[in-house]
Amino acid sequence: MENLQLVLPEIFLSLSIMFLLILGVFKKNSSRLVQSLSLAVLIVTAVITFNETIGINETKLFNNSIIIDYLSSLMKIITLLAAFLVLIISSNYLKTFQIFKIEYPILILSSVLGMMVMINSNDLIVFYMGLELQSLALYVLATFNRDEIKSSEAGLKYFVLSALSSGLLLYGCSLIYGFTGSTNFNVIADQLNSNEYALTFGIVFILVGLAFKISAVPFHMWAPDVYEGSPTSVTLFFTMVPKIAALTVFIRFLYVPFLNLIDQWQMILIFLSIASMLFGAIAAIGQTNLKRLVAYSSIGHVGYALAGVAAGTNDGIQSSVIYITIYILMNLGLFSCLLMLKRDNNYYEKIDDLSGLSKNHPMLALSLLIILFSLAGIPPLAGFFAKFYVFKAVIEQSMYFLAIVGLLSTVVAAFYYLRLIKIMYFDEQKEKYDTDHGFWLKFSLTASTLLILIYFIFPSQLIEVVSRINII
Amino acid sequence: MIDIGLGHYLTLGAVIFSIGIIGIFLNRKNIIVILMSIELILLAVNINLVSFSIYLGDLSGQVFTLFILTVAAAEAAIGLAIIVVYFRNSGTIRVEEIDKLKG
Repeated sequence: MENLQLVLPEIFLSLSIMFLLILGVFKKNSSRLVQSLSLAVLIVTAVITFNETIGINETKLFNNSIIIDYLSSLMKIITLLAAFLVLIISSNYLKTFQIFKIEYPILILSSVLGMMVMINSNDLIVFYMGLELQSLALYVLATFNRDEIKSSEAGLKYFVLSALSSGLLLYGCSLIYGFTGSTNFNVIADQLNSNEYALTFGIVFILVGLAFKISAVPFHMWAPDVYEGSPTSVTLFFTMVPKIAALTVFIRFLYVPFLNLIDQWQMILIFLSIASMLFGAIAAIGQTNLKRLVAYSSIGHVGYALAGVAAGTNDGIQSSVIYITIYILMNLGLFSCLLMLKRDNNYYEKIDDLSGLSKNHPMLALSLLIILFSLAGIPPLAGFFAKFYVFKAVIEQSMYFLAIVGLLSTVVAAFYYLRLIKIMYFDEQKEKYDTDHGFWLKFSLTASTLLILIYFIFPSQLIEVVSRINII
Repeated sequence: MIDIGLGHYLTLGAVIFSIGIIGIFLNRKNIIVILMSIELILLAVNINLVSFSIYLGDLSGQVFTLFILTVAAAEAAIGLAIIVVYFRNSGTIRVEEIDKLKG
């Protein structure tokens, strides 16, 4: 008999989704109730994950198709907490656009369930099912503001490109299966040898599919359009939560089944990383829309996270987990600011709308200043440490070229972050924005800003948490 | 008579897969054609998996195929729903005219 306690978080989450769906259908006007229950479900699932799985040794369940280890438990908890924060700060935005419906929290829960399955997977079939559960929910979320042409176009583009990437990924999976004779990651790892060209093809196809999901250059073309068109709260979800799952899957694929072929995938990963860092920095310069700018900046940040994965050591993996965690924190702050740019039921998302923000809203401008400095990687803020750990891991492996390109693109990226600050502080002021924001929006902005600001006092805590990740 | 072996099935799969990819990128007219191309890609994968499964004498390839078929159906349903929503807003599903978001 399998130890079902270890998959209790997934079981609980899936049962809650079905219950909430039925509740929402049969009880009229229950969107507020479903929203609060979903928040409770996310927290309870995180607590169950923490209690049941964080302390145990690596365990495989269901014919080795699911793996529960420290990495998967940690990433699941981060995913759940990030989803909780996204859900709780998005309610005012949704109410403004009259799309505060029961489907929204339920779709978020389903995609989180998909991500948890992805993070757990140790088998191609399980991985694919998790991936599709996640993406199907995300297509609908992107289209959520369905009377708005931009939102439906974003959903359409996301659907087409994401389905294409799933197809590529599956083709890679079929080749891997055919030439190793199994869908299980550990068996694949034993059977892999670099003499088969078809296996190299398979790995390339799978990496292309994963790069699409994490929006790394040259497979990033969907990201700016989808981020701009989707409702802002969904964009926030897109920039934070799926990245965690995609990064975990990247780590799992590269370091379990494909570990023997490290010479072959390392070059691909270095290329993805360098291209993303440079492109993210350069393409963001000419943007006028803040959400589009965030899309390019997230492409750049994914490049840094992949640099850590490319290093091929435990240190590298740990540094990229730290990077993605801090990145999520900074993004949360940035989007809380964006959700505060509201006047008379209208949300503003152009860069010009920031002009002179410091005169009308000094505290908001100060928080945004700190977050932008952190995103640019200026010491002693958290973003600096994130980049520092990644570069340290990369340089220890003597990959100097990657480190140098990374540092140079940080300099380029600093330009557009500083331009935003200049617009906020030195340009002519505009009309005031509303100040009656919800408690949770204020809370998430304050908390993320403070954490970014005082991270340098206790950097060892986060390092200690990730230092137990041991893949190789 | 030629014996039809694994290589022939894989070639068939590769050809259908390429037709699907080319169909997505060359098609300038209609989004429905893109949906069909996506289905073609998934079917090519299924041909690959089933033929590998027979060749290896291992069932998990066929199980994988069944999962892919189910997911493909769900994906087509959601894709068509999104296309309907888009058509209501813009009155067109021509690929060239989907250009409200760019920059």
